[in-house]
Amino acid sequence: MKNFKLTGFAIIALLAISSCSKKDDPAPVNEEEVITTVVATMSNAAGNVVLISKDADGNGPAAAMSTQTGNIVAGRVYIGAVKFLNELKNPADDITPEILAEGADHQLFFQANSTVGAFTYEDTDVNGKPIGLKFKFTAAVTNAMQQNLTVTLRHLPNKSAAGVSTGNIGNAAGATDAEVLFKLVVNP
Amino acid sequence: MLFVAVFSYGQFQIAGNVANSTNEDLVGCHIHIGSKIAISDNLGNFQFSNIEVGRKRLYATFIGYKTFDTIIYVQKDQTFNLKLSKSINDLREIVIKQQVNSENSSVLEQKIKAETIEKYASQTLGDALKEIAGVSVLKTGNSIVKPIINGLSSGRVPIISNNVRLEDQQWGAEHAPNFDINAAGKITILKGASALQYGGDAIGGLVLVEPISIKKDTLFGKTIMNYNTNGQGGTISSSLHKGNFCDWSWNALGTFKYSGDRNAAEYVLSNTGNREINFSGDVKYIGKRFDITAFYSLYNAKIGILKASHIGNVNDLYQSISNQIPFIINAFTYNLQNPKQNVQHHLGKINFDYRLSDAENIIAQYAFQFNHRQEFDVRRGNLNNLAALDLELVTHSFNVDYKKNGIDWNFKSGISATYQTNFANPATGIRPLIPTYEKIDAGIYGVLSRQFENSLTVDAGLRYDFSNINASKYYIKTRWTARGYDPEFNSFIINSNGNQWFTKPSFTFHNLAASIGLHKVIENDIEIYANASLSMRNPNPSELFSDGLHHSTGVIEIGDLRLMQEKSFKAAVTFQKKWEAVSLTLNPFINRIQNFMFLRPIGFESTIRGAYPVWEYQQTTAFLTGIDFQSVWKINNNWQHTAVFALVNGHNLSENVYLIDMPPINFSNKMQFQKASWNHFSIDVKNEVVLQQKRFPNYDFNTNILVNGSLQEVVVPISQPPPAYQLWSCSAQMDFKTFKKTNMTIMLSGQNIFGIKYRDYLNRQRLFADELGRNIQLQIKINY
Repeated sequence: MKNFKLTGFAIIALLAISSCSKKDDPAPVNEEEVITTVVATMSNAAGNVVLISKDADGNGPAAAMSTQTGNIVAGRVYIGAVKFLNELKNPADDITPEILAEGADHQLFFQANSTVGAFTYEDTDVNGKPIGLKFKFTAAVTNAMQQNLTVTLRHLPNKSAAGVSTGNIGNAAGATDAEVLFKLVVNP
Repeated sequence: MLFVAVFSYGQFQIAGNVANSTNEDLVGCHIHIGSKIAISDNLGNFQFSNIEVGRKRLYATFIGYKTFDTIIYVQKDQTFNLKLSKSINDLREIVIKQQVNSENSSVLEQKIKAETIEKYASQTLGDALKEIAGVSVLKTGNSIVKPIINGLSSGRVPIISNNVRLEDQQWGAEHAPNFDINAAGKITILKGASALQYGGDAIGGLVLVEPISIKKDTLFGKTIMNYNTNGQGGTISSSLHKGNFCDWSWNALGTFKYSGDRNAAEYVLSNTGNREINFSGDVKYIGKRFDITAFYSLYNAKIGILKASHIGNVNDLYQSISNQIPFIINAFTYNLQNPKQNVQHHLGKINFDYRLSDAENIIAQYAFQFNHRQEFDVRRGNLNNLAALDLELVTHSFNVDYKKNGIDWNFKSGISATYQTNFANPATGIRPLIPTYEKIDAGIYGVLSRQFENSLTVDAGLRYDFSNINASKYYIKTRWTARGYDPEFNSFIINSNGNQWFTKPSFTFHNLAASIGLHKVIENDIEIYANASLSMRNPNPSELFSDGLHHSTGVIEIGDLRLMQEKSFKAAVTFQKKWEAVSLTLNPFINRIQNFMFLRPIGFESTIRGAYPVWEYQQTTAFLTGIDFQSVWKINNNWQHTAVFALVNGHNLSENVYLIDMPPINFSNKMQFQKASWNHFSIDVKNEVVLQQKRFPNYDFNTNILVNGSLQEVVVPISQPPPAYQLWSCSAQMDFKTFKKTNMTIMLSGQNIFGIKYRDYLNRQRLFADELGRNIQLQIKINY
């Protein structure tokens, strides 16, 4: 009787163990939300400027690299647009439409010294608040080398807080979806 | 049943015979008169000489029989013929007692009783354990609470629920035990790794949880209802117990918890509500020589994670620390939003206990555990409804234990085997922190304890464990190189997949554990427990493989494939002295841990979302010393004072700095008044002081943050412990007789009654928000 029962348990245990034998190798994760690349395109009759920040390994340890093509000319006014891409996918995934669709939950902030110039918003969400995917950039009147521009995409910011709708990130709260640093030059 | 024959000799000698109901003589039966003992001989006869005049208690015990117990008046020589009747009940009780009392005789077992557990019905296991000196808690927010014993927690403090080791700890420090506290009938704490039956890796200690179990023929139920002002929610837990000493018995328990956002002293902790629906039940058949039990429990919880702890980058972290106020504070709500966790834990087991003889039994157990954990994060659009982390952990464990009790010795031995698989669902769209893996463990142990004289018991035990883990994990190629895994671990690489390596890391560990100790009773009721133990713990999957952003703390956690087993050598002594009214317990210990694994902040890493703090699993030689103190003073029948003090010092010997995350010095005083004649009225007031942790390593780092458009270098003060605090709590309760068979207890209690604003060094969310403010709790308990 005893042996019978013990054997019974052993069989149950073995069955249970063998019933979930090796699974297939797990599939690689298709990273949905990674932003590898932020592209800011600024146009003026005199020529286009493209700023690119790219983090080639996504969530890997390597840092993002920033490049500037085209000249920013001091004192000129540029109409700009920002694009967010996931270049780990082939073809690259454009995340910008998603951000636009949820415009009320997102806002971009442009932070730079006055030696770079000034930024204003050129688009609005359903509540009439800015998003920042479209912007106007007025380059500083004097030329400057080695300047920094930080572009931040905030998720669920408090757009009603003081100064937020004019581009002050200080009271914006929310979580940062992207924050990139562009190195740029303002030419004479 | 008692036949008294009187013979007048004039000398006071007591003799007699012991037999069972069918008049078979019982050999080796213990007969007691006062403090004297006699043992019945081969014919069932016994004899006492020199018994003094007076009222004496006479009782006889024999395993498998009901205890014979009576009062006699000795004024002449007498003969007693005792008849004992069979009882499966008593046999059960004795066997159970031996099981419980012999985890390890050289370590003082500290217990939390059912009445105390009931007070914590709407809180967590960790909160209840704080009642014991030297136990504190590691928290992530307010609902994820883990015990810390003598400075150590998580994988170093296994939790054994109903003789099954809870496996969810494999996932790391932020996963609270999946356990309904209402299902606990008794909780025992063992400080140190000496209870080898349950594993050789309990470097910190063990928590043993036993369910409510009734060993007499009865049916009763219990319902506990709680309402808490903080969270504006409560708990209902109802249970039915059918006890029996033979044939069938069963227990069933259901718990429902519902709570909205908690409050700190000054603001709402947004998104900290939670819900739980739990069930547990068992059916047991008690036969003449065996018991068989089938048990099932379900723990099902939804836990909101503080919204403000979901930070973006190191910039947000710096702001959060400097502002000292959460960046999201919404109005109170019951709704749970992201981030949140959905956790399910199924546990089923079959236990078979066979008594080979009165003093010898063999227990076989098969247990199945299924943990399903989903973590939801703040994501874009529809992805909000998709879990960011989705893990399924399946564990099969099989144990066989053998126990034999001699007159002055006990022997225990057993084998265990465990097969575990973890499945990390790749459909989440986020690389999982813990990979898919399968793990096999096997262990064998033996423990011998021997009693010398009445006052000295010595025990020794040995255990060997084998463990093999095979993981399947994708590493980002740049990470693989940055970690220095190339070329050391290139043999694990199976193939290349875009910018990732698909790898199958495999590790095998052999561990030894040993324990030796003694328990000595010295005159005047001084008891000494001394124990030395060697234990080893394997790196768990989170320590080996973590690789990514952990949203509940906003930190990138990085595991290390090079981690080796921890080896701990712990020595602890407990002195216990009991006077009539006062009892003192003093428990100093030292614990040296080679290859101690800990999560160390090492700086930050840039991602497209900005820079994130990086915490890496590292190893060092740790040296912990400390002392726990507990005193109970029964001032008179009504008043009682309890004091608890705990001190731990942790050193990181390799770097000659203090060890991170060690509990600060803490002490508490409780004054209790009770009066049985006032409907069992009792009231207590408790004061708890936690000093500032002055012994901490400085892992602060510098980063550049944007101020007015330009970058500025600042120090991110993540290491600084919060200031000291002191909390007051109180509770009052009274019994009411409602119907003939029903009684009701009403308890009103308050925690943090002065609404003190404070932060806790051992809360991983301490950089984001204050701890809970005032809570008033009303509890109604009905027994029927």
